[in-house]
Amino acid sequence: MANFSVKVNGEIKDIDVDPSTPMLWVLRDHLKLVGTKFGCGIAQCGACTVHLGDNAVRSCQLPISAVGEQSITTIEGLSENGDHPVQKAWLEEDVYQCGYCQAGQIMNASAFLKRNPNPTDTEIEDAMNGNICRCGTYTRIKKAIKNASSISNA
Amino acid sequence: MTLIKTTYNRRSFLKSSTLAGGGMILGFSWLASCKPSPEQVSNIPKEWFDINAFLKIGDNGTVTIMSPNPEIGQNVKTSMPMIVADELGVDWKNVIVEQAPLNTDIFQRQLAGGSQSIRAGWSGLRMAGATARHMLVAAAADTWQVNASEITVDNGVISHATSNNSAGFGDMASKAATMSIPEEVQLKETADFSIIGTDKRNVDGPNIVTGKPLFGIDIQEEGMMIAMIVHPPAFGLTYKSMNANAIKSMPGIKDVFPIDVYKDDTERQWSDAGSIDKLVAIVGESTWQCMQAKKALNVEWEETSALESTKGHDEALTKLMNTSSKEPARKDGNVASAFKKANQIIERTYSAPFLAHNTMEPMNFYADVTAERALFNGPIQTPEFLEKTLASRLGMPVEKIDIKMSRMGGGFGRRLYGTFGVEAAVISQHMQAPIKLVYTREDDMTQGTYRPTYKVKYKAGLDKEGNLIAWHVKGAGSNDDLLFENRFPAGAVDNYLAEKFSLETNVTTGAWRAPRSNFVAGAEQAFLDEVAEAAGKDPIEFRLELFDRAIKNPVGNPEKNDYDPVRYAGVLKLVRDKADWDGSQKNGTARGVSAYYCHNSYVAQVLDLNNDSKSPKVDKVWCAVDCGIVINPMAAKNQIEGGIIDGIGHATYSEMTFKDGQPQHKNFDTYRLIRHKEAPKKIETYFVDNGIDPTGLGEPSLPPIIGALANALYKSTGQRHYKQPFITEKPVIG
Repeated sequence: MANFSVKVNGEIKDIDVDPSTPMLWVLRDHLKLVGTKFGCGIAQCGACTVHLGDNAVRSCQLPISAVGEQSITTIEGLSENGDHPVQKAWLEEDVYQCGYCQAGQIMNASAFLKRNPNPTDTEIEDAMNGNICRCGTYTRIKKAIKNASSISNA
Repeated sequence: MTLIKTTYNRRSFLKSSTLAGGGMILGFSWLASCKPSPEQVSNIPKEWFDINAFLKIGDNGTVTIMSPNPEIGQNVKTSMPMIVADELGVDWKNVIVEQAPLNTDIFQRQLAGGSQSIRAGWSGLRMAGATARHMLVAAAADTWQVNASEITVDNGVISHATSNNSAGFGDMASKAATMSIPEEVQLKETADFSIIGTDKRNVDGPNIVTGKPLFGIDIQEEGMMIAMIVHPPAFGLTYKSMNANAIKSMPGIKDVFPIDVYKDDTERQWSDAGSIDKLVAIVGESTWQCMQAKKALNVEWEETSALESTKGHDEALTKLMNTSSKEPARKDGNVASAFKKANQIIERTYSAPFLAHNTMEPMNFYADVTAERALFNGPIQTPEFLEKTLASRLGMPVEKIDIKMSRMGGGFGRRLYGTFGVEAAVISQHMQAPIKLVYTREDDMTQGTYRPTYKVKYKAGLDKEGNLIAWHVKGAGSNDDLLFENRFPAGAVDNYLAEKFSLETNVTTGAWRAPRSNFVAGAEQAFLDEVAEAAGKDPIEFRLELFDRAIKNPVGNPEKNDYDPVRYAGVLKLVRDKADWDGSQKNGTARGVSAYYCHNSYVAQVLDLNNDSKSPKVDKVWCAVDCGIVINPMAAKNQIEGGIIDGIGHATYSEMTFKDGQPQHKNFDTYRLIRHKEAPKKIETYFVDNGIDPTGLGEPSLPPIIGALANALYKSTGQRHYKQPFITEKPVIG
């Protein structure tokens, strides 16, 4: 066990855990931020996607010891009132079915749009290909990302 | 005017004190789980009045509607309350929806499965709303001393025109709650629906996009520990011994022990399929610590039955394809003599692998079992059956068992089989503490109630004019005999023979989205395509001829046929028009068609593959659906789109194989699911508008799309696909 200070959603959190503990479980078990989801544990499904700085990363493969000074943003901290353009677009398109993978989809999409505010369909597909939606909401996700890009650029 | 007797459902109108007495809290989760918005705060009523078990009305006119059924992503948490709200006459924006707990005394069929929630709930939900409306009107009539029949209700306002009286629901709620329950109530005419048939967004949407704790795996309770299980690595093995002491001292680990999930005298329900009677439980402070201990644990297993392999399953099913049944499932005419007379005979065999469900939320369940009572919360499609098993296993009356239903991160049939709930109960009982059992993805994928592996052989005979004169089908599956012998084309062919077989295996199987149909539809529709081609006929025209036969002059007793050929033909014609089928194909696209009936709904699809690149991609899917009245079109289309993508994905990429009893895929690195790039670029869905009572949508769009895909692939590549996943028979989409 070791003490770590990590910045999550703008707040410094002190945590005493094994250094190998992935941020996924630090968030879920220790910080009670359960919006970040466990899907596979091997970075294949994207359900656990969070932002490390401005980058979308798989928190199941990010040990707390590797975080250092970098800030982490989770779905709970993406916006103050759930009104990030990507969240608004998801609501507008009524994207989700079960909803379980969507936090990861939204975190991946929001990091991607920050990098590429005017993506083509192919760029969206490439960027989102690591996020599995078992319910099959892919066409709505793509539409929502396109809508979000126009909201952001308006 | 539709009058409906309320009496048959009388128990559901017990005042909700029954609920309170059961110890379940009708709390406001949207307040408990997050900071309410200013709008919500202003909407909080000072007092609530219970009208019936489905709804209560606040003094400000806000209405809380209970959603009785488990939510697995099929959107019943929005669509079922919409039905209540429409009959009640409330403005949808003043409705709060809550998930009901399991309470079989007051709610019926609290089960998610078979695409039946809306169909089975339809009358009861309408009655709940209409009864409450009747009581509000009665309260107003009494207050204003006017005739109730002259009172109108619209958007939460009760009005009497001639006396110029009007009141909100909140004004009449306290009095309405005291009015007697009517013996019968008048339901709305379908033309008067104002909420049903309109797009309403998912009531959990704002919580989903902000990451609120909605799912079973998100449950956190005071004093709760994390539990994990270690199950046998192969079917055919059982627990023998382990080195528990080696991991008991690991950080955060509280206990490691074998559990008897079921005992010999446990009364099992059908929902206990797939159970593993003896497992190892690991309990610890945190998930990661349990995972580390799980890796370090060595368990010795012993063989109790054969260690089966995919090769063996395949050989055994092939053997069944060459076997004759002494008792055919259905026999019309004489296929043998018809084949002798046939001008052309086509015979093809199709096969499909086992499939894992792979809900994105792995199996999990919260349990807090004491000597006095047992509390549960988690994702379960069959809470009523789980409760019965728990009562037997814990030796506790059902009255002392409370089950709450969390939102589910997918079901697809996996959560019909709640053995994980029993595991959680036994672990909590042993620990004398609340625990949350969590499966790893590997646990989830390798302890399945898999979609069975199947084979089906079709043989068709055509006469000189290309008429289908004989049809012989043999179906077989692992622990499942596959065929629906009275479905199309039964009733449309003079000489028809259906034979079915079940292959006994120790690999556990169960319902997987659109059971049986999920394979047999694709096979049948691909075969029909080939037969139509041999007959020199357009594939849609060929099918319509057969439906025409079933309509005008059905073979055998038409009552026996499990489909309505008029509705079947209807969706096929609708998709033909929408996809402009007769207008031929665009350059660079290859097109396939398919139609199927299952779960009481009819679906026809046209699929276009884009041939521009080396490997084909699904460009567009047109889908025509007859599910009667559509409650929530926006969400209904979502179900259709999901089923299409799910069907294309599994038929193309997914399979579970076995070697020496061991599942050969354990996670998404080798078990391939469809991803963004492979999904259709566009899906258009059209519903038949016929005012028939609604039927299910969670499953029916999946089965036929596999046929449409196979038929389009043939047009694209010249190759027919007989074996799923198609990726094993290149080229494929991607």
